[in-house]
Order: sequence, then structure tokens, then C-alpha cells
Amino acid sequence: MKFSIQINEGPYQHQASDTAYQFAKAAIAAGHEIFRVFFYHDGVNNASRFTVPPQDDRNVVNQWAELGIKNAEGEPELVVCVAAALRRGMLDESEASKNGVEGNNIHPAFRISGLGQLIEAGIQSDRLVVFGD
Amino acid sequence: MATKKFMYLNRKASYGTVYAIESLEVVLIAAAFEQDVSLAFIDDGVYQIVEGQNTDGIGMKNFSKTFHALGDYDINKLYVSAESLEERGLTADDLMPLVYEDEDDDWEEKPSVKVVSNAELSKIMSDQDVCLSF
Repeated sequence: MKFSIQINEGPYQHQASDTAYQFAKAAIAAGHEIFRVFFYHDGVNNASRFTVPPQDDRNVVNQWAELGIKNAEGEPELVVCVAAALRRGMLDESEASKNGVEGNNIHPAFRISGLGQLIEAGIQSDRLVVFGD
Repeated sequence: MATKKFMYLNRKASYGTVYAIESLEVVLIAAAFEQDVSLAFIDDGVYQIVEGQNTDGIGMKNFSKTFHALGDYDINKLYVSAESLEERGLTADDLMPLVYEDEDDDWEEKPSVKVVSNAELSKIMSDQDVCLSF
């Protein structure tokens, strides 16, 4: 089955991202496809490459990165909503330069894109599963 | 592109958390995809479409007027939980008079909001292809 996932909560504060990760891992192991993971609301914070948890804890961001969810063109399908990201200080190189901000913090396993990608995921997938409050 | 039935389930009040406004942002984008779109308001979500919102005292954008634009985007199925209204001491008269122009009926202006029981709403929900909850 072709799944997409929406994550609405940030890492560590909330279990949503952890549960979604376990779900994605189990789905892939069972031979299903994860078409796209879409990060919305505070969920955009799951894409920060500056995330540094204590050594005895899981790294939520790297866990997602290691799943390596990509499309046929090799682009990441861990997609961060651009509007939600910008208002929370999450910028990639291109958005930083567009907005005159120095530095960028989106992990390279993720990419920033628009809300249309969420709708498209809903259209293309057999199931869209939402994680959050 | 295939047409699916998308329902946006709004469960939170407008300003205490970001879910309501960011849900509305998704709905407005979704309009461009020509899918079958409906919205449901349950629990504190019913407060999102209460008439006469004023955010002057809290320094936040009053986005309630945006709901009036939904009709122009062919989004005219807004279901409100009767039980959620009643639990909060609200009635249909407390809600914004949201309307759309029916192109199949000489552009007659018709109400977009429909108050339904939770039992009816659950039937409508089970009929959807995609249900996004906010």
C-alpha cells in the first residue's frame, strides 16, 4: 500500500514524530511504500539539522534522515511546509538568501516546499495518516 | 488528476493554538486542486466560525473574515456539530452567515453552513477519502 504521513508536532515535546517514525519504519519493513512525509505546524522543527539531543537519547531528526525517504528522482520526500517553516525560523539556503537571513538550518535529508505537496500526497496515496494532537 | 473527497476536521478554537489558521491555509491551497472539499467543525473548533470575533486585545490577526471567501473557492460544505454547539451554549444563530453562489441554480446565494448531529457527521466522515484533522 502507498502511504503518506502528516506530522503536526515538534520533536521531543510531543510523541507524534516518534510514533510516525515507528509507523513509517514498520510500514517499509512490511513492504509498503511511504510516498511522502509532510511536516506541518510545529512539526517543521523535526527538520532542524542543529538538533543536538543528549547522547543517551534518540536523535529524532537523524532517525528520519536515516529512513532516507526519496522519490524516483532521488529528491527527499521528507517535506517541510514553507509557510509554517519560515514563521518558525526554519530556513534552507534558498529561503535564507531570499529573505536576507544569514545561515540555514534545514537538514539535507529534508526539503522545503508548499502546502500543495500535502494535498498531492492525499491524492496520490492510498492512505494519508495524520500524527499529532 | 483523480478527484477525491477531502474533509478538513477543525477541532480547536481560533487563537489559543496555531491549528485553526494553519488549517485554513491548507483549505485555501486545496481549493486550487479541484478536489471535493468539505469542512467539519467539532469540539472547540465550532468557535472558529462564531460571528463577531475581535482580536484587538490580543495582538493577533483576526482571520475569521477569511471564511467568507471560501464560497468563492467552491468550498460550500461546512458541517458543524450540533452537540459541540450545545455543549458550549451556542446555537446556529451565533455563527457567521457564510454563503456561496450556486452556479447550478442561477447563482442563488445559499448557506454553506449546516448544523448536523455527531451521528450524521460520522456518516459523512466515513464517506471521505482523506480526512485531515487539525
